[in-house]
Amino acid sequence: MSSGTNGLGPAVGSDRDGAAGGSDRDGAAGGSASLAVDGLVAGYGEVIALDGVTVMAGAGSITAVLGANGAGKTTLLRAVSGMIKARRGRILLADHDVVGRSPEQIVRAGIAHVPEGQGVIPELTVEENLRIGMMSWRRGPRAGRVAALEEEYARFKPLADRRRKPASTLSGGERQMLVIARALLARPRVLLLDEPSLGLAPRVMAQVMDLIVQLSRERGLTIVLVEQNARSALAIADHGVVLNLGRVVASADAAILATDVALRHHYLGF
Amino acid sequence: MVEFLQFTLSGIVFGMIYSAIALSLVLIWRGTRLLNFAQGGMAMLTTYVAIEVIYKTHSYWAGFVIALVAGLILGAASELTVVRPTAGKPELNAVIVTIGLLILFEGLAGIFFGGQYRSFPAAFSVTGLRVNGTPLGVSRFDVFTVAAVLATTLILAVTFRYTTAGLRMRAAAFNATVARLSGIRVGRVLTVGWALAGLLGALAGVLVSPSTFLYPNSMDAIFVLGFTAAVIGGLDSPAGAVVGGLLLGVGLSYVGGYLNSDLTSLVALGVLVLVLMIRPNGLFAGARMRRV
Repeated sequence: MSSGTNGLGPAVGSDRDGAAGGSDRDGAAGGSASLAVDGLVAGYGEVIALDGVTVMAGAGSITAVLGANGAGKTTLLRAVSGMIKARRGRILLADHDVVGRSPEQIVRAGIAHVPEGQGVIPELTVEENLRIGMMSWRRGPRAGRVAALEEEYARFKPLADRRRKPASTLSGGERQMLVIARALLARPRVLLLDEPSLGLAPRVMAQVMDLIVQLSRERGLTIVLVEQNARSALAIADHGVVLNLGRVVASADAAILATDVALRHHYLGF
Repeated sequence: MVEFLQFTLSGIVFGMIYSAIALSLVLIWRGTRLLNFAQGGMAMLTTYVAIEVIYKTHSYWAGFVIALVAGLILGAASELTVVRPTAGKPELNAVIVTIGLLILFEGLAGIFFGGQYRSFPAAFSVTGLRVNGTPLGVSRFDVFTVAAVLATTLILAVTFRYTTAGLRMRAAAFNATVARLSGIRVGRVLTVGWALAGLLGALAGVLVSPSTFLYPNSMDAIFVLGFTAAVIGGLDSPAGAVVGGLLLGVGLSYVGGYLNSDLTSLVALGVLVLVLMIRPNGLFAGARMRRV
């Protein structure tokens, strides 16, 4: 079932931040970039959670990463964003290898990661949570940051209404909006979303999915989406990758994956 | 009635000292869940630096300022050299390291400065102030003590709440993972936190040493009282640290004044045990669970 495109060229050097051709972090949108992982091996202590994973996410596309619990989906995102160290393999952001960098460097290079569950800091206000998203920016005029904030408030009205309230007062769907808005403020070229629909009511989940599609179309953002809800994810994705026990067992266009009944039953539960 | 006033006022003065130590402990605790057992030792060492500078330059204020700067440096240096490597390792490692630092500081002080009690000058007059002939039980220097701690606390509070740097520190303290993923250099934030704690400790040291005299162990008792104040207020709460310090200071002042001054240590420990038993999160902690 694998479509086998493995057109990964040699990495073009391992530059320090900024040289990966990323956005200059002064607030200008950075455009999109492709993301690829090549033979990635990572784990926790003695447990290998990713056993040689290769995934390609084309620039501007939505890639769904699917599989059962424990398949390695979250570990994959964590390795890409630098939260855990990859033991082997490469992580290519627009053909620049960023493996081994710290999370602070990786977000500056242009990859924003919205982790599963935790993300909102409830003790801080909505606006303070958002401002954290701009912490990776280089020093610049305050006007730029204010403008960026207003842009997100325009897109996410509920956040604008509550900007000075503690983030603890937000509903589940609003919190998800907040963490996505915060990630967008980092002006990423690649957005990693880990279970964005977790714990959300179906209607809210649909809104989040619509939002993801919008982000991909309007901003050309490359999106990698980890989802338990494979059906919804495949409905909006261009490409799908199925993991099982740390390995890629399927990689194909989302439409093809969605219709492969045997695969769906075996790995995706529907 | 006059006695009550005197005990209250002098309790507030000592309470501010405990608040300063409590605040420094809270600063470090919030970011790292570490109790800095060396806090008193750091304060003692910077006070020795102050006294040496004062002797050499004959300027109190030179010593004062240099003590504060030394506090910043000592705090940052401690974090960078011995505390940082304990990150991610069992918590006991960090505890042992800070206790080790305490022993190191007290040993160094003994070697370089000797063990004898030294007197430390006060910035202003220590004669009791009177209002309409009634002795207040506090002096100009005491007023300065309260003002200095309050001013420092206010500056820190404003910085934390209203500046981007402050937001960085709060974010790193509340959720280091989110902070790192947003590009905050959490390591640097921790170093700054320790530096500020060192500053607060240095301030407490120069303010209390005129009363306690200066010797390698002189800040041990103050540390315990500062720690008690922090526990009373809740180790996560800066406001709690200040209130806890005041409550403890005033409370112990009444105990010492109305009962017996030998009882104060006992009562302090009793309060600590009571708080830990009844409301271990302190007075100011919400029933908030910390996300791990």
